[in-house]
Amino acid sequence: MSSVPETLPTVGTRQAVGALLRKDLLVELRTLEAAPGMALFAVSTFVVFHFALNRNSLEGDLAAGVLWVTLLFAAILGVNRLFVADAEQGGIDGFLLAPVDRGAMLLAKATTLLAYLVVLELVAVPAFALLLAGAAVGHELGGLVAVLALADLGIAAIGVLVAALAVRTRARDLIGPLLALPLLVPVAIGAARASAPLLAAGHGGRWLGLLALYDLVFGLIAYAVFDFLLED
Amino acid sequence: MSGRSLRTLSIASVVAMAIYLGLVFFYAPIEAEEGFLQKIFYLHVPLAIVSLAGFVIGGLMAIAHLRTREARWDLRSYVTIHMSLIFGLGALITGSIWARGSWGHWWVWSEPTLVSFLIVMLLYATYQPLRFSIEDPDRQARYASVFAIVAGAFVPMSFLAVRLSTAYLHPRVLGSSSNLPGPMQLTFVVAMAAIGLLFATMCSYELAAKRTRILVKSRSRILGYR
Repeated sequence: MSSVPETLPTVGTRQAVGALLRKDLLVELRTLEAAPGMALFAVSTFVVFHFALNRNSLEGDLAAGVLWVTLLFAAILGVNRLFVADAEQGGIDGFLLAPVDRGAMLLAKATTLLAYLVVLELVAVPAFALLLAGAAVGHELGGLVAVLALADLGIAAIGVLVAALAVRTRARDLIGPLLALPLLVPVAIGAARASAPLLAAGHGGRWLGLLALYDLVFGLIAYAVFDFLLED
Repeated sequence: MSGRSLRTLSIASVVAMAIYLGLVFFYAPIEAEEGFLQKIFYLHVPLAIVSLAGFVIGGLMAIAHLRTREARWDLRSYVTIHMSLIFGLGALITGSIWARGSWGHWWVWSEPTLVSFLIVMLLYATYQPLRFSIEDPDRQARYASVFAIVAGAFVPMSFLAVRLSTAYLHPRVLGSSSNLPGPMQLTFVVAMAAIGLLFATMCSYELAAKRTRILVKSRSRILGYR
């Protein structure tokens, strides 16, 4: 950034991202505040769905819908926690004092969220297969992993933006989900439609295209506007 | 905008509204299938288009605010989005009435335009809660601008996603002006102009009111009233 005096040695962005990521993952490993909670939430939600729908196994549209609603809600739990510790304990101020590109924070936080989502899905997808989907998940695992990966990228980009927007507001626990849910509707549409045929022993190329377009557009937008959320 | 130019704009929009209503009720033909009800089209579609355009313009103004750091761009962006929310609510209500009248249901999930519009409205409904739960005025303006940009880009994305997900059950005739017969098309164009002018006029009034309030506040501070 231009405000950095030229006499200071600047730290490379990659190094800064690495340091921030290490810090975030270390804090998460020691406190276990976000990812286990998200996974547990997903499993409990499956149980609730089992009773609410009164079904022992789901397939096709319904299976995809239940899976994605659960994953999105669980992801929002993680989004809500993403900046809270930094905002409360001065992590953001410390970062702003360091002579590094602010985009590093975006990349690090997005990767952290991505890691949470991977942990979430490592638990939630097998649990879903076990509890609700029967054997349907096993057949098309490769396709499902592709859908999950594309959807996760979109959730990570929008999630970091929403988390950074909401964390400075008075009602952040409310504002975060209210902002995130409508913004994630295209992800829900794309991901649910792309995985419905996979869960129905039965292909949705354009839905992957929609997810990829969403990732690209909001990834770029997040990169463009994120700096403005950090300057104070 | 204030004083004479605001008066000119107001008169222009009153005249346009009068011509528009005259055309809708006395000139535009009664549509063969839907009858009189179809005339809500001249209110519903312009309201929806103007409010969506307002959302996108609000996002562009937010870009101007982040680039220039001038508070007036933030004020403009805020007023445009605020007014778009009001027009959008009108579009949702008229759309619902139209759906009830011609398809028999107040809400139709298979109409992609209606559904994407609802999603966009749900997103923008959080604009004010977000904005006013940030106390520091500088940060409030910046965060609101970031929201306006992200949401402005989200508008076309949401329409694309919902459009892809819905089979076309309803004729697209209702959604576009390109295949309307002559008198209907003329009425629609006038309707667009009138509703657009109304939007601009109401935005100008709100802007003028907001500016005056800011001015009065700063004057009374100088004069020492609290």
